[in-house]
Amino acid sequence: MSASTKNRTAGDSAESSSIWQSKWFDTASRFLALIAVFSFFAIMVKEGKFYTARNLENILRQSAVYATAALGMTMVIITAGIDLSVGSVIALTVVVIAWMLNIHWDVIPVGGGETEVVFLIHQWPVLVPILAVLVALLMATLAGLLNGTTLVGQRLVPFIVTLGTMGIFRGVAKLIAHEKDIYPQEDTWIADIMDPTLTSVDPSRSWMLLPPGVWLLLIAAVGAALLLRYTRLGRHIYAVGSNAETARLCGVPVGRTKILVYTLAGFFGGLAGLMQFSIAGGIGAPTTAVAYELHIIAAVVIGGASFSGGEGSILGSFIGALIIAVLYMGCQLMLWPKSVQEIVIGVIIIQAVALDQFRRRRMALS
Amino acid sequence: MTGVHKRFGATLALRGVDLAVCAGEVHALVGENGAGKSTLMKVLSGAHAPDHGRMWLDGTPFRPRNPLHARQSGVSMIYQELSLAPHLSVMENILLGIEPTRGPLVRWAEMRDRAATALKEVGIGDLDPEVQLRHLPIAMQQMVEIARAVAIDCRVLVLDEPTSSLTQRDADNLFALIRRLKSKGLGIVYISHFLEEVQEISDRFTVLRDGQTVGGGITAEATIQRIISSMVGRDVEDLYPRSPRVPGETVLETHDLAGMDRPLSASLKLRRGEVLGVAGLVGAGRTELMRVIFGLDRLAGGALTVGSVGGTASPARRWKQSVGMVSEDRKTEGLALGLSVADNVTLPQLRGLGPWRLVTPSRQAAATQPWIDKIPIKCGTPYDPVHSLSGGNQQKVALARLLHADVDVLLLDEPTRGIDVGSKVQIYRLIDELAVGDPAAGRKPKGVLMISSYLPELLGVCDRIAVMCRGHLTEARPVDQWDEHQLMVAATGQEQEA
Repeated sequence: MSASTKNRTAGDSAESSSIWQSKWFDTASRFLALIAVFSFFAIMVKEGKFYTARNLENILRQSAVYATAALGMTMVIITAGIDLSVGSVIALTVVVIAWMLNIHWDVIPVGGGETEVVFLIHQWPVLVPILAVLVALLMATLAGLLNGTTLVGQRLVPFIVTLGTMGIFRGVAKLIAHEKDIYPQEDTWIADIMDPTLTSVDPSRSWMLLPPGVWLLLIAAVGAALLLRYTRLGRHIYAVGSNAETARLCGVPVGRTKILVYTLAGFFGGLAGLMQFSIAGGIGAPTTAVAYELHIIAAVVIGGASFSGGEGSILGSFIGALIIAVLYMGCQLMLWPKSVQEIVIGVIIIQAVALDQFRRRRMALS
Repeated sequence: MTGVHKRFGATLALRGVDLAVCAGEVHALVGENGAGKSTLMKVLSGAHAPDHGRMWLDGTPFRPRNPLHARQSGVSMIYQELSLAPHLSVMENILLGIEPTRGPLVRWAEMRDRAATALKEVGIGDLDPEVQLRHLPIAMQQMVEIARAVAIDCRVLVLDEPTSSLTQRDADNLFALIRRLKSKGLGIVYISHFLEEVQEISDRFTVLRDGQTVGGGITAEATIQRIISSMVGRDVEDLYPRSPRVPGETVLETHDLAGMDRPLSASLKLRRGEVLGVAGLVGAGRTELMRVIFGLDRLAGGALTVGSVGGTASPARRWKQSVGMVSEDRKTEGLALGLSVADNVTLPQLRGLGPWRLVTPSRQAAATQPWIDKIPIKCGTPYDPVHSLSGGNQQKVALARLLHADVDVLLLDEPTRGIDVGSKVQIYRLIDELAVGDPAAGRKPKGVLMISSYLPELLGVCDRIAVMCRGHLTEARPVDQWDEHQLMVAATGQEQEA
């Protein structure tokens, strides 16, 4: 407040501070944080095990699930909302894919004899996996739509609605899977999309450079970033988060914007689920991705988004997801017990955001 | 009693400010937004330490370490935004931080007594100290905040724009209270944009400009014109420019319009090329009238026609029908403070700001720049966040939004509230230009509907004025048939049907 007063009266001191306040500097400082965390583990983990190609690829694969879901979460948090249900949406997607791959029925042969189990995937080996992915993505998107319409229609806060649907979607996933892991009959390409490429034992995969799932993430991230920056919807998302009243006054369809954002969050949750399916080894476990929403939210917040809305960027969240993945991977390779890992990461998340706020306040004063 | 002397010389925001407030006087502090009043307040309240200069309180050096220390030393601030805890009771608020205790326990009886004493001193002894603060009207809350200052034996009371959200009657009560506190020997610093108020309440005044003291003296000896001149740093010949205007076709019409609560009945006709003013007290239903017209509040009855289209519509439809609105509350409703100037200006009309229905930030900025130059808005670049601008410039951003959307009907709710005189004049000039139009440049005259509580402004800017009183809107009369007294009489409902 007083700083702006000073700027006004002091004239053009804004000129000199603009570099420090620019978005580029903001992103660059996050990138530096990523490098710092990475270097720390690179030095601390013995025998250079941390910066092997295999481990780097692992970090990418790990972070892909978080980063993909973080695309939607970034939009949600920019609108000053939150989506606690995304972990459950991922689980729902995983289960639906497995279930689709596992559709089967009993057939009694014409001539009589023993009943035979017929799998749909054996009938249409090409079509069924594609269908499985599409149906699962549709389910995830509908889950997001349900979040959006509920919180807009019933005028509830996002926290409550998604807290509820977090349980609901998880329950539905368990219902579909009969509370058991689903083991699909056939190994399909879906289970391979996150498999290593460069460090794979199978040299025929190395031409892809990165796992297909990571490519998928990169395409989705570019799409999401363009959407936020260059479309009317993107501008509306920032406006709704910065000040919903103003947005309404300016003719922005606030409710529709929110519904779209949560629907997109559902869709990106579905994409993340697709990757999780592969990372989890192609098994439809309804208990997968528990507490992922917290990692994803942490990634977005470390990436510079503000819970009070109007702030946040895809690139920032992407870096945030990488930082989270590096932290987890690094802690594991340090051979710290799980308990210590959790404590360390918790402390780092808090301090990272505290440091970020401190930096911003200093910048506002400069 | 010795007087209170303060001397500052902070760089940048304050470049040598001298201010001497005596016990038992009301000292007005005036200046445009950005002149350094807020910073001066911050230094005084201990939120910032001065870089140079010294302050004395009752003859002893005064160096507040923080706001609490300043308060305990006897300097209390009443900000525009009250700093009270709405969920606590009145007495808890008054004695917040200085609760009488025995060990860890609060002594409720003593708390009640001390709160009651403080309330009596500010003239609201009949208020129950145990009522929850949020149930009180805003004027009452302000009194409670002053009572809090009294309860800690304050020596200097600083009031920042205390009447900006008060009705005339509440303001009168406040003035009575200020006079009473003055007679008790308090030094009172009164900050206001309403120079009429300054004339009414203050004994002496100090003018700040660009962080410096540029004038001052005994209020009774100064004219408003002179005060304005020293605030702006030049003579302001014509506060209210008014070119000859030719009213055209009707662009907005309401007939017995009613909202859910307010207004009860409002009929008006706004034509192209005229400025129609709506006077009235706060709470009379003026803002609600505008909100119903713009589709922000629901219509409960009556007819509403915009251009040739009847009926209600959403704000989004209204923008398409070439109607735009500036909200009275720019902080919570009018502007997205965290977003850039360009984002705020272009938000209602993002079409055509990039290829293939996309929106590019550079085109947004390019569309905004002409308005920044024309109005003018003082900011670094169109990418600057709106919160970095002064109040007056923020308001101009809200107005630029309507210009960018090129609307035919402008709904302006208190367009000059809380902004400096220089910005006010620029806004008056803009309104005049819009109402006149510019046939040469192909710009048609616009219709402006303007709400204001500042009567000289209404009389100066409008062609016709209607008055809202308790939800009913009187018929609009040409401005030359009104004067301030008549407007006030009509607004308070004392006018008998003649």
